[in-house]
Amino acid sequence: MKSNKDIAELMDEPACEHNKKEKSGCAKPKPGSAAGGCAFDGAQIALLPIADVAHIVHGPIACAGSSWDNRGTRSSGSDLYRIGMTTDMTEQDVVMGRGEKRLLHSIKQAVDTYSPPAVFIYNTCVPALIGDDIDAVCKAAEEKWGVPVVPIDCAGFYGTKNLGNRIAGDAMVKYVIGTRDPDPLPPEITPEGIKVHDVNLVGEYNIAGEFWHVLPLLDELGLRVLCTLSGDARFREVQTMHKAEVNMMVCSKAMVNVARKLNQQYGTPWFEGSFYGITDTSQALRDFAKSIGDDDLTARTEALIVREEARIRAALEPWRERLKGKRVLLYTGGVKSWSVISALQDLGMVVVATGTKKSTEEDKARIRELMGEEALMIEDGSPKALLKVVEDYKADILIAGGRNMYTALKARIPFLDINQEREFGYAGYEGMLELVRQLALTMESPVWPAVRAPAPWKAARTVA
Amino acid sequence: MAEIEKRKKALSVSPLKASQPVGGSLATLGFNRAMPMLHGSQGCTAFAKVFFVRHFREPIPLQTTAMDQGSSVMGADENVVEGIKNIAEKSNPSLITILTTGLAETQGCDVQRNVREFRSKYPQYDHVAVVAVNTPDFTGCVESGYALTLTEIIKQLVPDAETAATKPGHRKRQLNILAGSMLTPGDVEALTDIVEMFGLRPLFIPNVANSLDGSLTDDPFSPVTIGGTEISELQTVGDALATLVIGSSLGKAADALLEKTGVPDYRIDHLYGLAANDQLISALHEISGNEVPERIERQRMQLQDALLDTHFMLGQLRVSIAGDADQLLGFIDLVTESGGEVVAAVTPGNAPALKKMQVDTIKIGDLEDLENMAKANKAQLLIGNSHAAHSSERLNIPILRAGFPQYDIIGGYQKTWIGYRGTRQVLFDLANLVINFAHEDISVYHSIYGQKPAHEKQDREAEATCH
Repeated sequence: MKSNKDIAELMDEPACEHNKKEKSGCAKPKPGSAAGGCAFDGAQIALLPIADVAHIVHGPIACAGSSWDNRGTRSSGSDLYRIGMTTDMTEQDVVMGRGEKRLLHSIKQAVDTYSPPAVFIYNTCVPALIGDDIDAVCKAAEEKWGVPVVPIDCAGFYGTKNLGNRIAGDAMVKYVIGTRDPDPLPPEITPEGIKVHDVNLVGEYNIAGEFWHVLPLLDELGLRVLCTLSGDARFREVQTMHKAEVNMMVCSKAMVNVARKLNQQYGTPWFEGSFYGITDTSQALRDFAKSIGDDDLTARTEALIVREEARIRAALEPWRERLKGKRVLLYTGGVKSWSVISALQDLGMVVVATGTKKSTEEDKARIRELMGEEALMIEDGSPKALLKVVEDYKADILIAGGRNMYTALKARIPFLDINQEREFGYAGYEGMLELVRQLALTMESPVWPAVRAPAPWKAARTVA
Repeated sequence: MAEIEKRKKALSVSPLKASQPVGGSLATLGFNRAMPMLHGSQGCTAFAKVFFVRHFREPIPLQTTAMDQGSSVMGADENVVEGIKNIAEKSNPSLITILTTGLAETQGCDVQRNVREFRSKYPQYDHVAVVAVNTPDFTGCVESGYALTLTEIIKQLVPDAETAATKPGHRKRQLNILAGSMLTPGDVEALTDIVEMFGLRPLFIPNVANSLDGSLTDDPFSPVTIGGTEISELQTVGDALATLVIGSSLGKAADALLEKTGVPDYRIDHLYGLAANDQLISALHEISGNEVPERIERQRMQLQDALLDTHFMLGQLRVSIAGDADQLLGFIDLVTESGGEVVAAVTPGNAPALKKMQVDTIKIGDLEDLENMAKANKAQLLIGNSHAAHSSERLNIPILRAGFPQYDIIGGYQKTWIGYRGTRQVLFDLANLVINFAHEDISVYHSIYGQKPAHEKQDREAEATCH
């Protein structure tokens, strides 16, 4: 079990702006009035997309039983990550202290059945409380069977999802990154006259395969992605992350500790960016070139941006007409609040308000820059408060995480899901086309009048 | 009697089991203005919530005592007491259930004592029913968690005949129905219709049809359930004519109810298939004293006809089934009754229903076990939840989705499985899966003397070289 000191250390993240002031996002949750996941949830979300690893959840059934295979992240090959594995601890295990033994045998079973390149062990509340020494078990298993076994000590009660993300990132830096050098570049795929640069993406999860909208562009520019942590990643890719020339923190502060630690240990520079919207996608590509400092790359990047922006703007033109002037209430955490604003403004839509509950001061400054000083920033995300803003500001649509889907639907308001569980990919230039399709699909649907109007006999009665 | 094969391997792969707190929550959600609160860390609730939201496609009321590092080690009494108070204060519920998780139980909680502390500290909320249940996830499954919670609700909230001066049969039309976890909102609606056709008024305990049926109400943001059994109606249970118990998992709940009220009960294991529904209709006939309505007799004849029409597809069909015990028993009876053969049966935990199953072996295990058994015994069809869809792909056999969770289809929660009509539709669905799934045809033979047009042969050769 992690000590209070370990947890405090993880909470202290110098690269996060929240660190400076009182940590509102880390306030103690109120029993009977709380929402959100736990540290295990966060750790699993962060690492499960590593597709060829055997992910074993050590605990009784509730942790894995309700959560396995439920995310939209996609793999281009191995799908071992979609097979749920858990020690499914029994009462006997708890009472008799047989958890460690079961875990050890479980690792062997996973190795024997699936021959994975590595096994990740997620520690949960019950074994943490009874004091299972998962570090020791992992070490013993690794020695015995010759496969890397990585302990991820993420009991739910340690804290929030966000903390779990950090625990996950920390485990990668501590146990995996730096254990293998990247493959040499095969000469036949190296384009002539172009110097290939190695990069990483941290916090990109390839939801619905959306990163595949972006990856071809990076290929074209000669940017070899050593690893995306963790969308469509493989264990052997994570091992090589220390060799990148630059790291991009994608759209989230969740694993910022990885970027910071890679910077400290290997001197790798990092920048923060997003692939949502035309403006941000172009900015991210420019930032890669800028950090790497290769003039040729910069020139080619600018040319590619001109070409892609022209192409996508032409393709979006017919949609812009349909969406122009539509009013959006955006409620999503942190960085996404500004990155999505620019995507929507690219389409001529009006963002009437945005949620800033998880945003940093820097995020808020960027929001003001984009929306003007008058920008309405919403801290209270309760269904009641959101619906009031929709009404007061005459919003045509609520864009938010899946959790708020029914807030909108039950109030008969169009809705677009922007979070991790969604089924559509919005990243990159190409993702904008999917975004407009989905926006139009919900806002222009004929179901809204059908669900808003009273039954004909009731309507008649009102008139009479 | 079937041989019960216990779990042998250390690791559970592709888990079939969902936890007891999930089952306890489901039971709670069948009451009006209810709020389940899981006593554990926040994630326990978050996972259960997502599980239900994806299945029902509805907002689901579910709270947490939010245990953190401190309370996990030092004790979380305060979390329970304050959690109940916060819900009572904020949401004006009729019922709050406290369902313990493995974390709270391992730590050594005493939720019953916590409820007493709450009562003495906050008497202003005496009108809110609070029921605490021990439902750790290191034992049992959805079905057992549901049954435990229902039993506890009955023990705590149904008044005994003496105190409440209730008398069986005082309400001449009321039929109590203890509804098991396998019944969907669609099932409960269908059962309501059937019971009403006999001139009886059903009181479901609980009633998920009323709270989880996905109707669009005028209230856009209720923090607690809208619909479901009224807690106040539990006062009348002792006056009912009879109690119908659906599900072998509810034995203890039925015992508790019988003991408190003395209302005679009729216990039926499930409502899948002709025989089970004959049992139901006979019971309703007996309880009400009314003739079986013509419409129901008509439905029975329709089901008989469907048995004939589908027996060509379902006869000797080798079926594999994964599910909680009551539902598994129901499907085994249904498949057997239609001439099929259950060649693989897997269930997540031990249960009373297992003894009644007419198969050689029942495996207590996961979907990996199901896959292995199905493969070894050459199963032709699979019945299971959405997770089992991956198994069906790997086995290359069709799947009928049933049970929890069903997240990869729309409306699974509303499907009606029971009654003569429901059974008929299930037979059609099973038969259609068999018809529409590519099965081994006789392979084409080309005679060496054949006089077919020359281009057919050329096309064939071109095709062959392509591969």
